[in-house]
Amino acid sequence: MEIFLQEGLVLLKAALWAVALSLVMALVAGFLTYLERKVAGHMQARLGPNRVGPYGLLQFVADGVKLFLKEDLIPSDADAPLFRFGPYLVFVGSFAVFAVLPFGERIVATDLNIGLFYVLAITSIETVGLLMAGWASNNKWALLGAMRSAAQSISYEIPVGVSFLIPIVLAGSMSLQGIIHAQAGGFGLLGWNVFHNPFSLAAFFVGCTAMVAEINRTPFDLPEAESELVAGYNTEYSGMRFAFFFLAEYANIFVISMIAAAIFLGGWQLPSPFKDILPFGLVGSFVLLAKAAVLVFIVLWLRWTLPRVRVDQLMEVCWKYLTPMALVCLMGTAVWMWAFPGRIFFGLFGTA
Amino acid sequence: MAEQYATVGVFLVFGVFFVILTLFIVHLVAPYNPTPVKLSIYECGEVPVGEAWVQYNVRFFAIALLFLLFEVDIALMYPAVAVYKKFLDAGMGALALVEILTFVIVMFFGLVYAWRKGGLKWAKILEPRPM
Repeated sequence: MEIFLQEGLVLLKAALWAVALSLVMALVAGFLTYLERKVAGHMQARLGPNRVGPYGLLQFVADGVKLFLKEDLIPSDADAPLFRFGPYLVFVGSFAVFAVLPFGERIVATDLNIGLFYVLAITSIETVGLLMAGWASNNKWALLGAMRSAAQSISYEIPVGVSFLIPIVLAGSMSLQGIIHAQAGGFGLLGWNVFHNPFSLAAFFVGCTAMVAEINRTPFDLPEAESELVAGYNTEYSGMRFAFFFLAEYANIFVISMIAAAIFLGGWQLPSPFKDILPFGLVGSFVLLAKAAVLVFIVLWLRWTLPRVRVDQLMEVCWKYLTPMALVCLMGTAVWMWAFPGRIFFGLFGTA
Repeated sequence: MAEQYATVGVFLVFGVFFVILTLFIVHLVAPYNPTPVKLSIYECGEVPVGEAWVQYNVRFFAIALLFLLFEVDIALMYPAVAVYKKFLDAGMGALALVEILTFVIVMFFGLVYAWRKGGLKWAKILEPRPM
């Protein structure tokens, strides 16, 4: 009887986390759509949304309500079961990552022991969803967009996967919290994986570039290149089904920023005197969210800085540059750890 | 351990449930007045020509094959790399390092091979056929 009670509690706790994090995901994704338009506006000397609520902050609520009340159409020539099923895979693939996202030292739904591997695995479900949606639409634009998206996502998964290996080899653990714990020390800054050695620094840039490409953001947004493909894989989707693709897309920007901040930029690590000002390590949470916010801003910034690449250039960057670079980074880091045990780059010349 | 995976399972189930619930609410509140034109495929306002389900360029297939090989390799690297630090601490660093390097170098050669064979070329130029 007691065992049942325990299991019930575990499931209840997990369900509460799921409810809370689904709200977080919806809010973050909604806010990011607002932020993207605001950043875009200011970069083009416009104001961006400024009508609904103070500074236009409630714009995304209005957009959400609008999408809720839209007609939900399924084209008569489409493959209806697959057409209905696509958004499920895309949303679930994006949402399931939130289960392991560390929001703070003690704020995480579950600290899975294979955390980073799980992130890599579960996010590839989205590719299947996109391919399914594009194929089922029976629309030429959608099919082209889905094909490109699949080719791009699976190609860029290689450099992402290899660059994820570098924090793992440095920490000796696949759990995201374990990786963050391993980045302690060095005044809360030099302990970061980025500053461990030149190879891990390079791996950070390789990993970030590849992750931006994997979530189909500019300059790698060929799957939905609006000048040639109308809207890509979601051309035929309307109303809330479309909103799920949109939600997943913007949530993914947040997810990759959080993961990059956690595995390369020290996560919630802080020098000890500052750590315990607020309970539950909340100061660390704010630090982590601030790092993620900077990365999110860079992702939005890229869109208004770089032109879109061509599809052959896209594949070339992945296979001929990023993949070999990531492999070199992995070898370099492994050799570094063997040659200079326990020492970081800045500790080589002085006392560590 | 089981607790961790139970949480992930709850997240997967909840994700599906979330979509079903949302779409059900949409079904209740959104209008639905389909017409044949509304339900037709979008093709820049023209009447669609044929189906989109055509045979597709084989270069996507080559990329998929390459991906499969590399992804399996990377999946096998994860556990090996995760215990590298333990080997270092146990004084068997050289052994683990050689094993990791062997693995990565095999991968590297695979990439170089695919590259040399033209598997990474996106726009292939066909050689002229012998007359």
